[in-house]
Amino acid sequence: MIIGLGHYLTVAAILFTIGIFGIFLNRKNVIIILMSVELILLAVNVNLVAFSAFLGDLVGQVYALLVLTVAAAEAAIGLSILVAFYRNRGSIAVEDINLMKG
Amino acid sequence: MIAAIFFYLFAGTVTAAAVMVIAAKNPVHSVLFLILAFVNAAGLFVLLGAEFLAMILIIVYVGAVLVLFLFVVMMLDVDFAQLRQGFLQYLPIGAFIGIIVLIELLLVVFTWSIGPHVQDAITAPIPSLASMPNTEALGHVLYTRYIYFFQAAGIVLLVAMVGAIVLTLHHKPSIKRQSISDQIARTRRTAIEIVKVRSGQGL
Repeated sequence: MIIGLGHYLTVAAILFTIGIFGIFLNRKNVIIILMSVELILLAVNVNLVAFSAFLGDLVGQVYALLVLTVAAAEAAIGLSILVAFYRNRGSIAVEDINLMKG
Repeated sequence: MIAAIFFYLFAGTVTAAAVMVIAAKNPVHSVLFLILAFVNAAGLFVLLGAEFLAMILIIVYVGAVLVLFLFVVMMLDVDFAQLRQGFLQYLPIGAFIGIIVLIELLLVVFTWSIGPHVQDAITAPIPSLASMPNTEALGHVLYTRYIYFFQAAGIVLLVAMVGAIVLTLHHKPSIKRQSISDQIARTRRTAIEIVKVRSGQGL
């Protein structure tokens, strides 16, 4: 039983779908939405590393490292925005985020 | 055979944990399941031969980012049960779009093929594990050819750090704080006063 590239791509596709599904399912909870975004980025990383390993090119792993960096920065900024918003409004429900009437 | 067993173990756990992340009632449980998902994804990375990224995923992601999530979830005093209202209401549209995306992705996964000239276009071939471990090989590529991207990643992290501090740091006006410049600027003239007190009268 050989585990090929397709297996890893399938796992990544399922993870990506669960991430998107999570964003739709938890429309009111920003924290779960941020976690779903983390899942999506993890799926992207699995894709990059799988291609890197099966094609024999190290650049995919360099790129995955950069994606990891940006994801960490995004999580930090997102959570600090969340904390600042909670301090001002006392709520993190998505439908309360309407100060700009967008 | 062993590799296949471990692949299915890691893949199954990562998928189940991801489902629990979005389905758990308590956000603290969601974060813990996300930690489980990331640890198992690190296992998948080890199976692929990317040990450095696997360790980075555990140390940086599980150790820093997800603990940050845990702190924020526990710090905010939010009624999470109220935030879950409408969960079933969004289920059909979410399932519809999710299934469409999954079908599209699986169509791509099972029908693509690697082009004939891809092997010629490889810029940094992975050296054999006997000659150089993964971490060293990644360092040889990252610190030479991709040094500017590495620096840009550092700048991104710096900006994120400064931004996070600026966003969350706030001074409450009601709290007394130490002002060192004011303390040093005090002179004897402003600090003490000599009052002549007559005996028997007081101030």
